Amino acid sequence: MGSPVPARFLFFVLGLLLLVAIWLSLALGPLSLALGDSLAAALRLVGVPIEASGLEQAELILAQIRLPRTLLGCAAGAVLALCGVAMQGLFRNPLADPGLVGVSSGAALGAAVAIVGSTFIPALPAGWEPYLLSVFAFVGGLGVTLLVYRLGRRDGQTHVGTMLLAGIALTALAGAVVGLFSYLADDRTLRSLTFWNLGSLNGASYARLWPLLLITIAVALWLPRRAKALNALLLGESEARHLGFDVERIKRELVVCTALGVGAAVAATGLIGFIGLVVPHLMRLLVGPDHRLLLPASALAGGSLLLLADVAARLVIAPAELPIGIVTALLGAPFFLYLLLRERL
Amino acid sequence: MLVGRDLTVRRGAITALQDVSLELRPGQVFGVLGPNGAGKSTLLATLSGELRPSRGQVLLQGRPLGDWADVERARCLAVLPQSSTLSFAFRVADVVAMGRLPHRTGRGADAAFVAAAMAAADARHLATRSYLELSGGERQRVHLARVLAQLWPGETGQVLMLDEPTSMLDPAHQHSILKAVRAFAAQGAAALVILHDLNLAARYCDRLLLLKDGRPIVAGPPDEVLQAEPLRAVFGLDVLVQRHPELGHPLIIAR
Repeated sequence: MGSPVPARFLFFVLGLLLLVAIWLSLALGPLSLALGDSLAAALRLVGVPIEASGLEQAELILAQIRLPRTLLGCAAGAVLALCGVAMQGLFRNPLADPGLVGVSSGAALGAAVAIVGSTFIPALPAGWEPYLLSVFAFVGGLGVTLLVYRLGRRDGQTHVGTMLLAGIALTALAGAVVGLFSYLADDRTLRSLTFWNLGSLNGASYARLWPLLLITIAVALWLPRRAKALNALLLGESEARHLGFDVERIKRELVVCTALGVGAAVAATGLIGFIGLVVPHLMRLLVGPDHRLLLPASALAGGSLLLLADVAARLVIAPAELPIGIVTALLGAPFFLYLLLRERL
Repeated sequence: MLVGRDLTVRRGAITALQDVSLELRPGQVFGVLGPNGAGKSTLLATLSGELRPSRGQVLLQGRPLGDWADVERARCLAVLPQSSTLSFAFRVADVVAMGRLPHRTGRGADAAFVAAAMAAADARHLATRSYLELSGGERQRVHLARVLAQLWPGETGQVLMLDEPTSMLDPAHQHSILKAVRAFAAQGAAALVILHDLNLAARYCDRLLLLKDGRPIVAGPPDEVLQAEPLRAVFGLDVLVQRHPELGHPLIIAR
């Protein structure tokens, strides 16, 4: 393959980076554990028999708080990056973002409905609110994406250009509705709406983790099977068809995959920008555009970068916490501009 | 090989193609000529199965084109569109290797076919360059190498379709590329080429079809088709037809 960096070396480094990110994410936080303690506690949790005296607290923090949070970050980062690759392939444009097909704005709309709506249901049990939010966000993301896909179809063909424009229009529409909800919301509701729109891994729980983890694994197993089709799609739809690929089916699968993946990520963590855009772009510089390498590299790097951003979000103004969307945008946007100027896209 | 029968394509009230019949034969290069908007690309899209005709049918090796499985069809029918858009930094050799995607011939054979196809399209020296660094003409040759690699080494039963493969090439490459297409066809495949240059068509095609407003005007060997009357009717161009002093094929000169 024509990768500028030897692939095996790069995957070794990316794997190592992910392990380090996981370790840091387990060890650091408002109550910093000694790196050795967190490692020992983590090993005990996965069943390695290590003499444990004084590790009980570390184990409890790890098992109940940091482990679900770390896994949530890993899964969200990986699936956002994978879906970014899928959308850049579908739109044949290295600047495409998974949000282009309306999944993020649809999820935001669903979340706004859930957050503002739940204030009108006095009988709602307190514990239900986060789940209601996740379900609404997921359904909203899926719904708007399917609508964008429908609008892009004409005469049995999907026009990605029309889809792109429909995505922009529906994003604006959803934004307006979210704005309306914010206008109507009281202060407390407005605050949770704002926080949700900035994304956070705070409040991670196993119940929130499982759906995302399962979808991430499915996406991570399925997308690489379409790596060759994605390569061919970069040549153009008609070229891919002449190379023997069922282009309509692949486009449909890519949209469904992104709607599920980003929908689940946004439902679990709120809107986290730039990972889906910057990570595939960065990996393309390192391994080249071949999807057989680009997909696994982006999954590894996406997980690592989101975790590192989350560690930063936890530490910068400790004991308080920054929304992670602010960190990814603060780091991602200037980096993206740097790439833009360097490459003169 | 590939037969199109009474092909008619309607788009709303417009008839883009009307009653075109043709047969591509093994080892021959078939040229399609006509002014802009005559329906040449529509004809190619119909023959390659990308566009379903409103009437008529296309048979590849005697079987309706629609009955072929996608991958199976791609192994014996390769198409070079007018312009390809690729905005990702693949190496040239990797772009050409995409032509082998429908095949399961193994890495060694694929590499040999890719190298041979690149040599035929005079793109071998570009193999390790990034596609994005190439000029328009170089990119066109890379895509030609890709579709050649898709059918390489070429055998009876295969069909190669090229939509204006010389549009961005310098004069020397216009000739070397069409020679390469002829040499490829000589190994057994049938080729269809859309051209704008009448003299290139006269020199490299075995048979020609003149299209105007979606209708076939004349079809036959270059000597019959490239005459002053049909050319005036189709292109509205007043021409002198001479003989090439060395090769003997018709030579078209605008008056």
